[in-house]
Amino acid sequence: MGRVVSVRYFAWVRERIGKAEETVEVPDEVTTARDLVFWLKGRGEEYDYALEKPEVIRVAFDQMHVEPEAGLEGVREIALFPPMTGG
Amino acid sequence: MTGVAEPTIRVQAEAFDVAAEQARLVAGRTDVGAIVTFTGLCRSEDNTLAALELEHYPGMAEAEIARTAREACRRWPLTGLTAIHRFGRIAPGDLIVLVATASSHRAAAFEAAEFLMDFLKTRAPFWKKEHRVDGSSGDWVEAKDVDDRAAARWG
Repeated sequence: MGRVVSVRYFAWVRERIGKAEETVEVPDEVTTARDLVFWLKGRGEEYDYALEKPEVIRVAFDQMHVEPEAGLEGVREIALFPPMTGG
Repeated sequence: MTGVAEPTIRVQAEAFDVAAEQARLVAGRTDVGAIVTFTGLCRSEDNTLAALELEHYPGMAEAEIARTAREACRRWPLTGLTAIHRFGRIAPGDLIVLVATASSHRAAAFEAAEFLMDFLKTRAPFWKKEHRVDGSSGDWVEAKDVDDRAAARWG
């Protein structure tokens, strides 16, 4: 069985996907942040558009920045967003 | 002074008062010799911009600024540190961000303030969207490579 996680989207990733958050069941073969981005990208046209440049998408696990290789094990809240422009 | 300063971090929609925040850093103490304040403002971009809409990731925004602030307090002998970042709609001329660092001597205060801003720009989860004077919804502000380079130089 896959794992159930909450995924949040921000800025233009949120606008393109058309929702701010959702709960998804991630298949077992998806084990890293990179896997997750590519798996989400394949979920439909809006996801494909939002994640068309996977290399610019930033990922946070439980509100901490992570690298693409980071493992999904034990993660409860995932967030996908563009490079930050605060300050 | 004993131990490492405990930073004050706020993420809020409301405006903030720079003078009041500065006063807070010296209240009740006489060991502060220098305070550096950095204030970031919303520009009008040659009068084309009506406002910036700042989106943030509640919880992570505070946590990420706090992580950077604690790192600054470890690296430099600060007596105090305040970082405030606003979200929501902000008009040209209004203040967006405040970083204030206090220390016995100016070098630490200057360096810590710059460190904090460099990391805040590249790691704090905030995104700016432009609202144009002509009523159109503008673009999301793009991240700058120069900001990544500025953050990278701290090692």
